Amino acid sequence: MHSSMQGLFDPALVALAAALVIGSAGIPGLFLRKPGPGQVFSAAVTILAALAGVPATLQLLFSNTTTTYILEWNLPFGPCEIAIDSLSAFFMLPVFLVSAAGSLFAVGYWPAAEHRANERGLTFFSGLLASSMAILLMARNGVFFIMVWEVMALSAYFLIVTEHEREDVRNAGVVYLIATHAGTAALFVYFSLLAARTGSFLLPANGSLSALSPFATFIALSAFTGFGAKAGIMPLHTWLPSAHANAPSHVSAVMSGVMLNMGLYGIFRTLSFYHDPPLLWGGILTLCGISSALLGIIFAVAQRDLKRLLACSSIENIGIITTGLGVAMLGVSSHTTTLAYLGMAGALLHILNHSFFKPLLFLGSGAIIHAAGTREMNLMGGLGKDMPRAALLFLVGSVAICGIPPLNGFVSEFLLYLGFFSQLQADSLIFLVFLAPLLALVGGVAVVAFTKLYGSVFLGSSRSSAMSHPHEPGVTMLAPMTFFALLCLLVGFAPQLALRLVSPAITMFFPDLNFAAVSTEYGAILSRLSLSGVLLLAFAVLATLLWRWRIGLGPVTSASTWGCAYQRGTSRMQYGATSFSELAVSVFNGIMRQRIERPALTGLFPAVAHCSDHPTETLLERIIAPLFTLAGLSFAFLRLMQHGQMHVYMMYIFATLFILMLWAH
Amino acid sequence: MTNSIIHIFLAIVMPPLLLGVIGKTKAAFAGRVGAPFLQPYYDIFRLLQKGSVFSTTTSWIFRAGPIVALATTAIAGLLIPFGAHPSPISFNGDMILYAYLFALGRFFTMAAALDTGSSFEGMGSAREATYSCLAEPTLFFTLITLSRLSGSYSLSGMLSNVSAGAWLYAGPSLLLLIGGMFIVLLAENCRIPFDDPNTHLELTMIHEVMVLDHSGPAFAIIQYAASLKLFVLGAFFVQLALPFATGKSSMDWGIFVISMLFLAIVIGVVESVMARLRLVRVPQLLVAATILAAFSTLLVIR
Repeated sequence: MHSSMQGLFDPALVALAAALVIGSAGIPGLFLRKPGPGQVFSAAVTILAALAGVPATLQLLFSNTTTTYILEWNLPFGPCEIAIDSLSAFFMLPVFLVSAAGSLFAVGYWPAAEHRANERGLTFFSGLLASSMAILLMARNGVFFIMVWEVMALSAYFLIVTEHEREDVRNAGVVYLIATHAGTAALFVYFSLLAARTGSFLLPANGSLSALSPFATFIALSAFTGFGAKAGIMPLHTWLPSAHANAPSHVSAVMSGVMLNMGLYGIFRTLSFYHDPPLLWGGILTLCGISSALLGIIFAVAQRDLKRLLACSSIENIGIITTGLGVAMLGVSSHTTTLAYLGMAGALLHILNHSFFKPLLFLGSGAIIHAAGTREMNLMGGLGKDMPRAALLFLVGSVAICGIPPLNGFVSEFLLYLGFFSQLQADSLIFLVFLAPLLALVGGVAVVAFTKLYGSVFLGSSRSSAMSHPHEPGVTMLAPMTFFALLCLLVGFAPQLALRLVSPAITMFFPDLNFAAVSTEYGAILSRLSLSGVLLLAFAVLATLLWRWRIGLGPVTSASTWGCAYQRGTSRMQYGATSFSELAVSVFNGIMRQRIERPALTGLFPAVAHCSDHPTETLLERIIAPLFTLAGLSFAFLRLMQHGQMHVYMMYIFATLFILMLWAH
Repeated sequence: MTNSIIHIFLAIVMPPLLLGVIGKTKAAFAGRVGAPFLQPYYDIFRLLQKGSVFSTTTSWIFRAGPIVALATTAIAGLLIPFGAHPSPISFNGDMILYAYLFALGRFFTMAAALDTGSSFEGMGSAREATYSCLAEPTLFFTLITLSRLSGSYSLSGMLSNVSAGAWLYAGPSLLLLIGGMFIVLLAENCRIPFDDPNTHLELTMIHEVMVLDHSGPAFAIIQYAASLKLFVLGAFFVQLALPFATGKSSMDWGIFVISMLFLAIVIGVVESVMARLRLVRVPQLLVAATILAAFSTLLVIR
């Protein structure tokens, strides 16, 4: 490697080394006979690497200079540059945090002793996934980018199909594989067009391309498609719920909390190439973003599978981020500095927040699955008494993800709201303010979804006797959850610090705009917000103390829950997950249905009957699925070429190369 | 400073009086003498003296529900201006905090209800969740309209701008807002026609059924927090509908108190002359309120 800046402790080199170490952490385990040491070794090494990587990343984030390294390779795609600027560093922070936390969680959640068959692969590919994501953020050459992108996509596939003996897991894996490769196909188009435009596969510098040039919009659209499919932006989200639900929980945490960010990173990076983006780009992003947010959370509220609910809420959060990015681009196009700043700050901060609370919730779902032995929320209940610590941490995550003060989700949505409202005094694009009530609706539905989740899992009493052995998770599982919960609280109570974390990336993104004034103004507003949060906490503590004193004065008795004079209430009569959301989902009937199959009851003493419900997406069922069937039928003739004989496939490759050679001559 | 003290004093002392006035109005309509105006205060003090019964199914969430509901409403009370006087805490964007504080309170109230494992309370919280998420956009459309009219991003700035003058040039949109916000005021505070705060054992209940298992001091806190919520949302509505200001501090406080009492009488009249809606009609009415508020926004930003 050549470097333009020498130094043993160059943070970029430290970050690169950390990424490589994380990638190889799982290798020793592959060769060890005895299960266990490999997993523990991998977790220890990953955590140590992250401990080195996080400070290095922070240093890179706040440094104004970017060091560029050139990787010597003898491939015909030009020099392979590696560099970490503020934007890369910002996205890299969660990669280290979440992968380290996930690897520690795995030790308790997926112990090698119990999962001999698949633990090695799981550990190895987890490391590879984290490493490929970190290196992806450094890649400055289109071809290298695609290579790392494929390593990332395929490691994720192998992680999803960890439990490949189950049919639904295999199906989820296949759907994911198709979706990710459809996205990669769009990325091939994207990088080829980009290379045709710039004359090299090196990614262009910030603001070096004009958006007015021909094909610019086409390039941007292919980027939105390819990267959007990875991020799960509507309408490219269909693969996401099943893939995230069927992977082991700590893998879901990494996939939801970090891998979706990689798709967003691609879009952010692409937009940074251009100056003067047209209104159309921001418009498309805003529209796709707000529909992802709204539809995603409506899908979530109807789910009865714990992890599917969390996965659908990822679609919502990615939608919120995309909306923020979209309005920021609209702000740039219409020369509204405030909107550009607030949209960008909201989007970036929400990325950070989502990588704190979503891993917390997915790790929590792992603890729940351990305790309950199922993902079906209708069968759970009362877990809060058996696992009070996990329940408290999960509560922090639930409140945070609903965007409720005083936690971190509120801060990023607050900035977006301020952005929308600021449009009221702007000269153009006033109608963007209509996004505010829509975002409020999203927030309202999120509260329904997460009270449903929290209520049916942790509160009340157990709805089924099938719950295996409810227990508090071990310290290796609680520690990562506590870590993320503390981060959520920190950002919630000190939002002005978080704003400082996103500022370098914003400045890098819009080098021409001067944000000094707005950034001070909104920093001050956020410190007022933080004061209100402290005030709220102080008031709640005071009220609790007074109440405890008051309660101490009278007699305290305990009895069973009042059943309105009905003496034989059972825990099966509680409101379950499905019944809780039935009313809310019925309001959005055109988009989402909870199809409930009720048995016909006859006679005075009906026989034993079963009732089941299936959440169905109307769009998917009526439009997307039939389209796929149609495509399958019309391309059936291609199956003649697809027969599974290896030597013929090799011949195809040879023939293609030969024809290409002839064409080039 | 004096104004802030009066603000806090009124927020602490006055809320239960509104319930008393509503009760008296309803009694007058029914031809009864009715309970004294101060009855809600007696009730709350009485409850505070009592012992507590906790269900064996419940955990700390059940105990936290009332506290969080009270704390969030109290902080919201510090953000809202009373009459022509600005609020003690005011900053750009405080209206969003105001709206979301209620969401926090709601989250914990619903969680506390689900914690009892009672099907009635589950039913109540499912309804509360749905209706309040439909009421949310109305509040935001209202805030947008007010922000556009005043050019301000804080509640004090927006609401102090509403005056007789504002009614002259933006009358139609303010009228639409009043329609929308009155519906939200009734829905959020669980008044007729959405909910009946007097019947504890009715299957169509929303809020009252969520607190069936709370007793003693906890129930006192819930009752007080509910009246405070009515007061805090009512203050918003009153400043919108009756924006009288004299410029004299003491006069303005008097006007505010009288306006609030007048609002309580109006709510009492509505409760006396209307029947509760069928449950399926409730979402329709809430969406209608949203559309009213959306129309008003359209009128001011065209």
